[in-house]
Amino acid sequence: MTSTFAKRWATLGILAVVLFAAPAFADEFRLNLLAKFLTFAIVALGVDLVWGYTGMLSLGHGVFFGIGAYAAGMYLKLESTNGGMADFMGWSGLKELPAVWFPFANPIFAFSMAIILPTLLAALVAYLVGSSRITGVYFSLLTQALALILSIALIGQQAFTGGTNGITNFSTVLGFSLRDQSTQQFLYFLTVVTLLASYVLCKWVVNSRFGGLLVAIRDDEQRVRFCGYDPRAAKVLVMALSGGLAGLAGALFVMQVGIISPAMLGIVPSVEMVIWVAMGGRGTLIGAVLGAILVNSAKSGLSESFPDLWQMAFGALLVGVVLLFPDGLVGAVKRAYAQLSARTRTAPAVVPPLAAADGGRA
Amino acid sequence: METVVIQVFNGLSVGSILLLIALGLAFTFGLMGIINMAHGELIMVGAYAAYVTQGAFSAVMSVPVAQIPGFYFGVAIVVAFLAAAAVGLALEAGLIRFLYGRPLDSLLATWGVGLVLQQVARSIFGAPNVQVVSPSWLNGALTLAPGVLLPYKRLFILATVAAAVLGLYLLLYRSAQGRRIRAAMQNRDIASALGVSTRSIDRFTFALGSGLAGVAGCTLTLIGPIGPTLGTNYIVDAFLVVILGGLGQLVGTVAAAFSIGSLNTTFELFSTATVGKVAVFLLVIVFLQFRPNGFVTVKGRR
Repeated sequence: MTSTFAKRWATLGILAVVLFAAPAFADEFRLNLLAKFLTFAIVALGVDLVWGYTGMLSLGHGVFFGIGAYAAGMYLKLESTNGGMADFMGWSGLKELPAVWFPFANPIFAFSMAIILPTLLAALVAYLVGSSRITGVYFSLLTQALALILSIALIGQQAFTGGTNGITNFSTVLGFSLRDQSTQQFLYFLTVVTLLASYVLCKWVVNSRFGGLLVAIRDDEQRVRFCGYDPRAAKVLVMALSGGLAGLAGALFVMQVGIISPAMLGIVPSVEMVIWVAMGGRGTLIGAVLGAILVNSAKSGLSESFPDLWQMAFGALLVGVVLLFPDGLVGAVKRAYAQLSARTRTAPAVVPPLAAADGGRA
Repeated sequence: METVVIQVFNGLSVGSILLLIALGLAFTFGLMGIINMAHGELIMVGAYAAYVTQGAFSAVMSVPVAQIPGFYFGVAIVVAFLAAAAVGLALEAGLIRFLYGRPLDSLLATWGVGLVLQQVARSIFGAPNVQVVSPSWLNGALTLAPGVLLPYKRLFILATVAAAVLGLYLLLYRSAQGRRIRAAMQNRDIASALGVSTRSIDRFTFALGSGLAGVAGCTLTLIGPIGPTLGTNYIVDAFLVVILGGLGQLVGTVAAAFSIGSLNTTFELFSTATVGKVAVFLLVIVFLQFRPNGFVTVKGRR
């Protein structure tokens, strides 16, 4: 009993120790970078729930992330202007603060909205497009269209959203200066705790009966229906949870990075969120977390020194992962480990490869 | 009245380009269960092929690009078709055939291919946009009535698309090869059992769809400058056309392309481009609630 317990939570324990110890080793700049990657890891957990476990490939998680970030960003902006108009509103000819902005001066309202709005939107999308009669691929393509629309809308409504530049130039959060190292350090630990809590929550979900239902939907949705379950209800629930996680991550992101703009939530960032999970290992929570951290570390390291090479290598790597390692880094490690132990022991320990988690043929 | 005519014309014009792009997507998805995210980059290949053709004409005849004879654009269309079809063939042989029936995996892998192709274009032609000088016989406009001008370029695009769709119709519904394609789309296993080489059908269809994307890219050079990310602007709308139109029937895709094209332009007239996009998106989603397979669908066992 203890051994399964240890096995189940060992990865989380290692992750927690590493993340809590990181501030002792990393300088301010790197810690801020790591904090950013950790907010991405929270998004990746949500993407993994809907894609790795439920088989719905969402190409619109940037939307949920972005709404969370914009909701929190609006509050931060209002705090920096003492409830007055933001600079970009004046440039666009507005005379006074738009009514939508007013309630966001209240931090409780703003941060609740950062979670509630994406949760509701994700649930609505899943309800409308998650019907068993609609091909699974359409879900991907329509969520991608949603990502495009949100970024176009944000760019188009410059007076309300800051347009292409987004919302930036924040000074304080709840009265604490965002430039203070202590504030940033607190936010880092807040992010770590949120990530670990999200991990535990997701772990609980996937180990529950509900988690079993999600995997069953991924592997054969029609059979789930014939067994008397309602796949649509499960999809709505898991998307709501996933959207809420992304929104929460967005709120944490904007406080630490200090800017949110349409370029961070459009089509490309949304696909990248899926790619983190694909490379880390879909269908395993730790894979999602590691994927988000490693891919983004590689990106920030390589794209600075070799921007051309990076995009080429990234594309090629993606093709390679899909073709050769469909269950990502974690799956590859697991398989290598199984082969190794099969060689040393007599009993073969075969790890079954992740079933092609794919809505089947159209 | 003038506005109505111009509106209808604009809708047709936008819709026709969407149609050319969506046809390839609809057929590769219907036939092979492949979502080709690199389709946008095949458009880009076609556009750069036109650019290269223009450069070649100018170099061989040693005149500046503005003075090369107008018929070069016809050559450019053929070159664009062949170039994109060749890239499509290579893509099919090297990657796509391993991903049949795995639409979500194919989506991710082809996204990666798209990134690589964009970067290749950036390395060869540079990151800034380049311009193809339109042939002089396409400048100017047809005057229907005072105030109602139909630009020749747009008319030419419409004619090109009409020719392409007619050709595709003849191929699909009036030729032996087309019969085989439709058979493979309706039931791949039975078609294969009856002696249809589904392998070569797949290859042929994918190359054809890619070639059409190349033609679309070539016509896009008439409208504006071209760059490595040219295709990404069109791909989302093209997928909406595929979803709305249904798979495997020419008429569904045609109807969907013109619906989305005219809805977009109409909403833009009365409000903003954003509202147009949102409205089209919502209409597609609502429509799917009633007809989850789009306008028309092939009845077959899957």
